[in-house]
Amino acid sequence: MPWYKKPQFTALKPRPAAQQPHKVPDGLWHRCPACLAILYMRDFVANLRVCTQCGFHEKLSSKERIEMLVDEGSFQETDATVRALDPLGFSDSQPYTRRLESTRKKTGLMDAVRTGMATIGGQRVSLAVMDFAFIGGSMGSVVGEKVTRAIERAIGERTPMLTVVTSGGARMQESTYSLMQMAKTSAALARLDDARLPHIVILTNPSTAGVMASYGSLGDVIIGEPDALIGFAGPRVIEQTIKQTLPRGFQRSEFVKEHGFLDMVCPRSELRDTVERLLSLLSGPARETTEESPASASGNGHASARAKRTGTTPPAAAKRPAGLKPKASARRKKA
Amino acid sequence: MSLAVLDFEKPLYEKIDELDRLRAKDKPTSADALRLRTLEGEIEQLRREIYGGLTPIQRIKIARHMARPRSLDYVQYLFSGWTEVHGDRGFADDQACLAGYARFDDVPCAVIGQQKGKDTKENLARNFGMMHPEGYRKALRIMRNAVKFDMPIFVFIDTPGAYPGIGAEERGQAEAIARNLLEMARMPVPILCTVIGEGASGGALGIGVGDRLLMLENSWYCVISPEGCASILFRDASHAPRAAEALKLTGPDLVAQGIVDEVIPEPPGGAHRDFETTAKNIQEALRRHFAELQHKDGPTLVEERYQRYRRMGVFEE
Repeated sequence: MPWYKKPQFTALKPRPAAQQPHKVPDGLWHRCPACLAILYMRDFVANLRVCTQCGFHEKLSSKERIEMLVDEGSFQETDATVRALDPLGFSDSQPYTRRLESTRKKTGLMDAVRTGMATIGGQRVSLAVMDFAFIGGSMGSVVGEKVTRAIERAIGERTPMLTVVTSGGARMQESTYSLMQMAKTSAALARLDDARLPHIVILTNPSTAGVMASYGSLGDVIIGEPDALIGFAGPRVIEQTIKQTLPRGFQRSEFVKEHGFLDMVCPRSELRDTVERLLSLLSGPARETTEESPASASGNGHASARAKRTGTTPPAAAKRPAGLKPKASARRKKA
Repeated sequence: MSLAVLDFEKPLYEKIDELDRLRAKDKPTSADALRLRTLEGEIEQLRREIYGGLTPIQRIKIARHMARPRSLDYVQYLFSGWTEVHGDRGFADDQACLAGYARFDDVPCAVIGQQKGKDTKENLARNFGMMHPEGYRKALRIMRNAVKFDMPIFVFIDTPGAYPGIGAEERGQAEAIARNLLEMARMPVPILCTVIGEGASGGALGIGVGDRLLMLENSWYCVISPEGCASILFRDASHAPRAAEALKLTGPDLVAQGIVDEVIPEPPGGAHRDFETTAKNIQEALRRHFAELQHKDGPTLVEERYQRYRRMGVFEE
């Protein structure tokens, strides 16, 4: 073979796209769906599932969400045994009963919301945390009932209500029963409002439709996680209706805040502190006031007068657990 | 026949046309007279067959009929001194939302409704009965006045849904509906809602929280339109008839579910075939239900309304 025909380099043929190993092994690595960075899973989880490279906020399970928000070990779940039934004998690609059964098995959840009592910075709250993994966080009879009970519990125990939303809307398989849950939960919030107890709502990606047209929009303070989809109609429905593509950032947290329907956009790393601060501001007398302190008589007088009006007592101070503070890098980079 | 005939009504109207032709003849033969007699019998039987066993999707077609009476038709028939008012005092006047004051049997009241158009031009102005946030806020403004002046509220629901558009999202469609749900739940005056055509999802519920929910026989009320449900769950909007069956969205279904109080009968063929009878039926039902609510005090109304919605839902534990 003449020397000039001898290949000097070994050519590497790229593998066809289908063969490329795109799946990272489960549990060890995480690929950010926004910036495609490969992250070490342990770092990613320690960072509250926020991409350390681009700040993308990945969905959290209700369990993780509760862990990141409340004082360690303080969560006491309520109504954990409330189960969905199939009142209409509904069947789409599979019977609703089978869908429920397989989703329960897959997620270990009973339905799309977990409720309970917990403390945040020592302040007792009634909590409702939704979970997208259970049929898209959809609201049927169980979600409506459990959220309503959580609100009623807040009223009964005179605590604030904290709701974390992630939902695609009402659950179609329960049809009009699901629609009525919007009225039921909103009626309960009217009572919470009458009782002058705060409702704090955290909207996470995605928060749309039925839940947003009820308790998701009815917070005294509404906080959005960065870049979460928040709205009434889904973007696909709007595009089909107006026959145009939607502008970038439409229905995202920053857009919603700009239009006046979010109090703030808060990165996950600052969420817990923000909620804790809001709770202390909105739910009673200033926490710094001591039993008797003539020096700060005016502030104290105001606090005790308010306590008398609302029937609350100052919450016991509690240390926040160590090890929950996320890394600073969790803060989302400004685009 | 000036009114559009729906596909499932065709066999009936072919016979009715034949009957009309025979009757119009100057010199009918004896064969014609015989045919006339049998035709009349056939028509009666067909009428019973077709309208006696309407499927959900057929009822939905009647509910969407272009000639179906609209909220304003009923308002003008049922109330005296109708005075329409406009605007949400914040952004605009939503013409899909009808609002005003009137008298129901001499009792001053507030009236809220969703208004579809009678033709394409009016439908464009009325946005096909699809309200924007300013519509829900206009309704709330008028209902708050009703509370202030201690007047009952009558609501007429007829919407294919709250409008899904850019402006609606920018101005907080979800918040506007949610706010109405919360405020209507605690209004210490009687609220009577009637679905007269379409009652689609949050768009209908956004003016529809009350002490009574009545439905015309050929109307529907559901969490989603059958087309929407079919395209999401069955991946094809043409499965709408199947979805309409599955969603259990007609009056009798919803009475069985404890969501609707009463189904108001319509004349054969639907409200557009005989407006007067339909309106009289609504009037009779509203009078009866209003008499039950009229003398209850505010706290009782609010408590009973709370318990009414509190009961809704099916689960086990």
